[in-house]
Amino acid sequence: MNPRQILVALWTLVVKEVRRFTRIWPQTLLPPSITMTMYFIIFGNLIGSRVGEMDGFDYMAYIVPGLIMMSVITNSYSNVASSFFSNKFQRSVEEMMVSPMPNWVILGGFVLGGMARGLGVGLIVTLVSLFFTDLSIYHPLVTVGVVTMTATLFAIGGFINALLANKFDDISIVPIFVLTPLTYLGGVFYSIDMLPDFWQGVSMVNPILYMVNAFRYGILGVSDIPVAGALIAVALFIVVFFLLALWMLERGKGIRS
Amino acid sequence: MTVPALAIRGLTKVYGNGFHALKGIDLDVPQGDFFALLGPNGAGKSTTLGIVCSLVQKTAGEVSIYGIDIDRDFAKAKYHLGVVPQEFNFSQFEKVEDIILSQAGYYGMSLREAKPRCDQLLKDLGLWDKRNGPARMLSGGMKRRLMIARALIHRPRLLILDEPTAGVDIELRRSMWDYMRRINREEGTTIILTTHYLEEAESLCRNIAIINNGEIVKNTSVRDLLTELDTETFLLDLAAPIERAPELDGFEIEQVDRAQLALSLRKGQRLNAAFSQLSELGIDVVSMRNRANRLEELFVSMVKDDNARAGANRAATPSEETPS
Repeated sequence: MNPRQILVALWTLVVKEVRRFTRIWPQTLLPPSITMTMYFIIFGNLIGSRVGEMDGFDYMAYIVPGLIMMSVITNSYSNVASSFFSNKFQRSVEEMMVSPMPNWVILGGFVLGGMARGLGVGLIVTLVSLFFTDLSIYHPLVTVGVVTMTATLFAIGGFINALLANKFDDISIVPIFVLTPLTYLGGVFYSIDMLPDFWQGVSMVNPILYMVNAFRYGILGVSDIPVAGALIAVALFIVVFFLLALWMLERGKGIRS
Repeated sequence: MTVPALAIRGLTKVYGNGFHALKGIDLDVPQGDFFALLGPNGAGKSTTLGIVCSLVQKTAGEVSIYGIDIDRDFAKAKYHLGVVPQEFNFSQFEKVEDIILSQAGYYGMSLREAKPRCDQLLKDLGLWDKRNGPARMLSGGMKRRLMIARALIHRPRLLILDEPTAGVDIELRRSMWDYMRRINREEGTTIILTTHYLEEAESLCRNIAIINNGEIVKNTSVRDLLTELDTETFLLDLAAPIERAPELDGFEIEQVDRAQLALSLRKGQRLNAAFSQLSELGIDVVSMRNRANRLEELFVSMVKDDNARAGANRAATPSEETPS
């Protein structure tokens, strides 16, 4: 395929993915908006007013970056995992396999589709948060960089999950039993300075802690961890996961007999 | 000499469970041919076509599509290939038109280039009125036609149809045959067809290969194959019921039920002779038809013979597990 044809193929896949999640917006865009509104009302407004300040910010402002990040992570992951697995399940993945599209374009198309949903939901949650708190961005470049890289990483993760999945249950195990606990324990609702030393040490091995804190730094200018290190780690993870997903795709893992 | 549309050499497939699906088959399909690949279930047809379409990984052997080795440049070879699989393999929730246009996009066709072609295919295949509806609302026959339209969007030179008319009513089947004949004749598209309707293969195809137990047991023209047919069976409907089959001199005859006989006619034998004898016995025949179509009889006998040979070979070769 020449570069123009590759761009057409990639664009086709991205448009198809965006069309899919917007077509089923009551399942994809609406629920995170409602859930996050609940978080803002209950944790931010009702409980937050009694918590007081955290790292010099009122509790509502403190949790907003974490909640935005939580939406981005779960939505970019779930979009690719469920969309690609549906393609496997309905065998429509064969449409792509019989075409001359290179595997990296297939992977890239799904990842960009997942990022579109993750970032789209992140934007919706950000807009909802404006009803509850004033949001000023301390470091726009870091903010955009971290959220984009996080969406990329988890979209690739969702793709790997879908390749390995044999049934629909297999694509909900990771979000429920891995991503949700790691996100909750990743400093969305608290600063790890509040934890005893032992649990602070344990928290440091949670990769989501770095993303949440880097994003919080971008918005509020405060972080529990060094931001540069977090960005480098996420970038490395993206490269490793992308290569792993591509290798699995080349080998036909889960899609070719 | 022109290269074949499809050339297969020593194609072997051993699945993870040790099942030897293909045992080094060779096959050439000339350009512009209408070719049938026949075989019983599990014979290796779908595995062969799956390898050609990159849905199945081969264990060994070579495959070339219009002279392009798939191991060297599969992407280039895929431009020549259109595939209509046995089972529906599109998103049931997408719009009919979007399914076809997305496929065009995967081949790098811009929307401006693909849209007129898509419209034409939708009209030719009777899907125009359904183009804006979701694919799940289509009938079974329409879904099959959608897959044909999708496979043809990038103007492939080789079209693979894996049981395209399975579950399709007779009228629709005939119209699909006409359409396939037309693209083969007018556009020069090479068509490879697998089917269980042997009447379909006999009616459409010029050349035929029969695959059984992972091996090609016959590869010839349909015309030559039919000359090998030395027995045809006719079903005779009787005017009055009889208790048992009559004995006819020189003919094999058996009773199907009290009002029907099955008469086997070998090459060189005349129906008149059988009818004369039946008349002498006071048996009136009111109508007559073939028990199966001619190709079907040949196919069944070939596969049966091949299975019997395979069985004999297995019996003659002690397995590794046999105690010595």
